Amino acid sequence: MKKSTFVLIFSMVLWSVVLIFSSWDQSVLNTIDLEKILMPPSTESLFGSDDLGRSIGPRIVSGARLSLFVVIIVLTITSVFGTLIGILSGLVGGTFDSIVMRVIDIFLSFPGILLAISLAGILGGGLHNVVLALSAVGWVGFARLSRAQTLRVKQLDHVLVAQLFGTTTPKIIILHVLPLIVSPMLVELTYSAASVILSEAGLSFLGIGVSSPTASLGSMVRDGSFYLMTAPHYVILTGMALMSLVFLINVAGDRLQEKLAEGYSRNIN
Amino acid sequence: MGKLESVFTHVITAFIVTICVVTIVFFFIHLIPGDPIVAILGEQAALQDVEQLRTQLGLDLPLTSQWIQFITDLMVGDLGFSFYYHAPVAPIIAKSTVMTFYLAGAAFIIATSVGISLGIVAALYQEKVWDRLAVFAALVSMSIPNFVFGPILIIVFAVKLQWLPIGASEGVLSIVLPALALGLSLAALTMRMTRASVIEVLREPYILAIRAKGLSQSRIMLAHVFRNALLPVVTTLGLQLGLLLGGAVITEAIFSWPGLGSLVIESISRRDYPMVQASVLVIAVSYIIINMLTDILYKVLDPRVDLGS
Repeated sequence: MKKSTFVLIFSMVLWSVVLIFSSWDQSVLNTIDLEKILMPPSTESLFGSDDLGRSIGPRIVSGARLSLFVVIIVLTITSVFGTLIGILSGLVGGTFDSIVMRVIDIFLSFPGILLAISLAGILGGGLHNVVLALSAVGWVGFARLSRAQTLRVKQLDHVLVAQLFGTTTPKIIILHVLPLIVSPMLVELTYSAASVILSEAGLSFLGIGVSSPTASLGSMVRDGSFYLMTAPHYVILTGMALMSLVFLINVAGDRLQEKLAEGYSRNIN
Repeated sequence: MGKLESVFTHVITAFIVTICVVTIVFFFIHLIPGDPIVAILGEQAALQDVEQLRTQLGLDLPLTSQWIQFITDLMVGDLGFSFYYHAPVAPIIAKSTVMTFYLAGAAFIIATSVGISLGIVAALYQEKVWDRLAVFAALVSMSIPNFVFGPILIIVFAVKLQWLPIGASEGVLSIVLPALALGLSLAALTMRMTRASVIEVLREPYILAIRAKGLSQSRIMLAHVFRNALLPVVTTLGLQLGLLLGGAVITEAIFSWPGLGSLVIESISRRDYPMVQASVLVIAVSYIIINMLTDILYKVLDPRVDLGS
């Protein structure tokens, strides 16, 4: 095993252990302690405390849990919906395909984060609306990729044979198309996870994400940035946590892509 | 299909997409719960005043008539009337747009120059220490959100070292930190694209042939490798310029940069719907125009690409 792979797996296990086994008790997170306002990291409190004297460490853990929760929900919605639309569009073709492509064009002719910001801002933030806004933007990537992949797979003999035998479209999708396009979709899924985490944090940073006192990494970075001069540990530690989460997912995506490219070239040669 | 014809098709498509985006934004804004009249006059306003203002602003008409009115107004360049500023939105938006383009332009220049040069260096020293360092740095940079990188830049360069100012009103230097924060991930992306592209060209058989011919290394690089490798990079960069406009929304919030992004965020919280509508429209239209110009540029630079198909 390469040394970097070991470091990657080790960091992922470390994050998972922290996320699963540290306290799930919500009441501790929001206990305000005015004696401890903006205390720097110490042996007593490893990550110090925030502007309301709440311990930063447990709030980071809780914020990361929230990020991953949003990622799971949003990716489930967007990947299932987007992939289905994409495959159908590629398989059926004709007018349906043209309409889907135009809709995708419209979505892509618009910075996604701006749409999410306007949606969340207008709907008024909160977990539901964040998920809604990010899902409204996120399905496009999956739809475009799965459509392109389906157009490739559609030409293969086994799909044509299945169509000749009169196999129903849902069956063709599940049995004959999906298994062949699953690996590029996995890479897309990984990169989307990173972008959903960043977008959720971005919305919370702008104050239109998950509302306080719920800990979100984005809103913690914002709160921390008010105390840059007096308590830089707040923004730095929260930022580092957010960054390491996204970094691990990006590295995993890169690795996955390399592995798939290797497998692909092996199959060809 | 002639070049001019395909450019024309592009313009028409862009126009249709713009109308679609505008329509979506319009219905979107009008579906919002809450009454803009209450946002202007306040909760305690007299019923008579509310109705009078509603008629005055044309908000009592059916939604489709309002939409037609909105589109006709747009065609003659009337973007609307701000609830908050009690003034036409166009001049305010124009001022903010200039600031955003100024910021995005600076970020673009920094990001592409750093990204392309690092990408070339990394490709030339492939799998060596410098390459690994650059690849790692790019991956880290792509993982730092600009709202984390921004405050870190402020701590280091404005607070501790006191080399650079933060506010937008403090001269030319004040653009450096926001542009760095905005451009970081683009620089990383450019670096990765350049590296991959140069490595791919270096593997081409014709490079080996030129080497065998005995051309000097610098000539091979300048005349053959870079020219072929940078074409796809330069054209895809156009699309990234559009993405900068999205990223600018958050960066402007961090540095209190008085651009379109700040205007959108402030107007959302002020419930100033005409302003939100118009700013989103301006960002979307700029994005569409940039994408269109990139496509056309691609066509001009690479004769093999047929835009018509």
